[in-house]
Amino acid sequence: MLGKISVKYLSLLVTIGLLALMYGFGSFMYTGFLSPQVFLNLFIDNAFLGVTAVGMTFVIISGGIDLSVGSVIALTTMVAAHCLEVSHWNPALVILLCLLIGSLLGLGMGCLIHFFELPPFIVTLAGMFLARGLCYVISINTIPITNAFCTKVSQYRIPIIGDAFISPNVIILAVVVLAAIYLAHYTKFGRTVYAIGGNEQSAVLMGLPVARTKVLIYTMNGFLSALAGIVFTFYMLSGYGLHAVGMEMDAIASVVIGGTLLSGGVGYVFGTLFGVLILGTIQTLIVFQGTLSSWWTKIAIAFLLFLFCLLQRLFETGKGVKPQDAKAKPNAQPA
Amino acid sequence: MPRSIPTLFRKLTSAKLFWPLMALAVLLLFNLVFTRGFFHISIKDGHLYGSLIDVLNRAAPLMLISIGLTLVIATSGIDISVGAVVAISGALVAMLIGGTLVLKDGVQTYVTLVPMSVAMIVAVLASGATGLWNGFLVSRVGMQPIVATLILLTAGRGVAQLITSGQIITIYYKPYFFVGNGFLLGIPFSLYMVLALLLITIAVTRRTALGLFIESIGINPRASRMTGINAKNLLLLVYTFSAMCAGIAGLIVCSNVKSADGNNAGLYIEMDAILAVVLGGTSMSGGKFYLVGSVVGALIIQTLTTTIYSIGVPPEITLVVKAVVVFLVMMFQSSKFRSLVFGRSAKKVA
Repeated sequence: MLGKISVKYLSLLVTIGLLALMYGFGSFMYTGFLSPQVFLNLFIDNAFLGVTAVGMTFVIISGGIDLSVGSVIALTTMVAAHCLEVSHWNPALVILLCLLIGSLLGLGMGCLIHFFELPPFIVTLAGMFLARGLCYVISINTIPITNAFCTKVSQYRIPIIGDAFISPNVIILAVVVLAAIYLAHYTKFGRTVYAIGGNEQSAVLMGLPVARTKVLIYTMNGFLSALAGIVFTFYMLSGYGLHAVGMEMDAIASVVIGGTLLSGGVGYVFGTLFGVLILGTIQTLIVFQGTLSSWWTKIAIAFLLFLFCLLQRLFETGKGVKPQDAKAKPNAQPA
Repeated sequence: MPRSIPTLFRKLTSAKLFWPLMALAVLLLFNLVFTRGFFHISIKDGHLYGSLIDVLNRAAPLMLISIGLTLVIATSGIDISVGAVVAISGALVAMLIGGTLVLKDGVQTYVTLVPMSVAMIVAVLASGATGLWNGFLVSRVGMQPIVATLILLTAGRGVAQLITSGQIITIYYKPYFFVGNGFLLGIPFSLYMVLALLLITIAVTRRTALGLFIESIGINPRASRMTGINAKNLLLLVYTFSAMCAGIAGLIVCSNVKSADGNNAGLYIEMDAILAVVLGGTSMSGGKFYLVGSVVGALIIQTLTTTIYSIGVPPEITLVVKAVVVFLVMMFQSSKFRSLVFGRSAKKVA
């Protein structure tokens, strides 16, 4: 029994272990690394990535992919900045509007994917172009945000221990992660998501509401991307069409490092949080190191990605489990 | 014969090349009506000039990449690292040629660190090596293609910047400009490269059984293994070929802008290339592939971009228009949508 559990969670355990290892290495090498604030900064600086990665986890568990999240984040910052600074709307109204736009984009893409049987990759690619293009329709320049409410939220500090503090963004992240864990593991919706990822046809034959769930997954991801965009707006205090370029790949990387299989059906929201933290720790390490250039971050992330994918493959073959999508994976047995 | 015309129409519309060619024709027709002088071609200094030539020249890197990617997608794989490979190839060739302006007695002299042909061959071979890595991960380790190439996508730009030490290398060596900007017999030189690659690829895949093998891997990898097809090595070959195509495209991109920019060279070109392949009629789930269709797809994308620029729509909106066109073409390619719009009669016959 214990062995079974440990195999199931091994990938997650490795992720957590690696985070601890990297953190230990950092605290050993650099003075000041092991301060509560440096740890909390991981959450403050990566809250937006965390929020969108949670949405991405559901999409990937269901066997899909969403490339539009980075653009939706940029669009949200742009809409928020324009409505606040040019039209002077009420911030609450603006936030509602942004969340609505994100959800509608997600809903539209979900409907296209499900009802017209189009590949998620292409549909969300078009969504990515659309959202990024709409940013430039609003403005091609950066719009700084000076709205009183937003600057207040942005500068608000919640003390935790001693001098260490977190920002309201971290609270949003915490709420999203907890809600997502509940949704994934304790609701019908969550079980249906896993079932679709495991085998969509079986899920249909079992009488699960596949259509509704699939559309909902993409709607939820759109909503969470927009929420991540709002978090990003609070963090950056500006709207710009080039914000969050390539964020979708960071989100996908954190999900994979967090132990979710891109073939669908297997994964944990909790793991994704650790994936995000690992990405953040790499960045912090490189900042503390000082002489390494920023592109080493990318190479390090890619290396970790490689390591984790390799690990997942080893577990799969070690357990003797047949590859889930035989189409993409040639059988490893000798002919 | 009252039924013959609808039957003919159905036959025509079910041909795979029909929809991409139709889309291209509609775009060109639009230009014929709305863009003054779009079809005007003049001869200056013995070269052909005009919007059409410009479209062809600018589409060259995309066409090259789509040809390589078509084979990858036919095996039901995907290669999202081609943009990063473009950057790596450009960075390598720029580094090997050298980015220094050499003045001798006030006159610029053209010097390279290594001979130009060697630099280009090294860049393409290095690209091939990155493809070999992708192919190794997919065929031997058994990773999903999207993950395997995601690794290179993430690392590639970092590697390109490592090669150029984070700088944008400007190339001053004039003979190299010929690759991306030169004309041969009045036609852009890059087009000869595309044509040569296309013809070679068609010959190798269609005149031999190779194309059939690639399709069979895409349709059913297990069955193709049972029939004795060496799927592993074929996958290795296909990914290497795709990366080499990207490498050649990188040479053109680098020569076009006369510099190597690790950050922006070939940015998002993988998305355009995937789009071109899908527009060309090759299904993302693998199987039958259409090389000419992919080239037409690449032309559609470039024509669209040029059209947007030439009718005076602000360039910022390019992406929105692109998204709308993708949506439209996607819908027309979806058989579900077609049967919904063109009535139930089509469904009954099918």
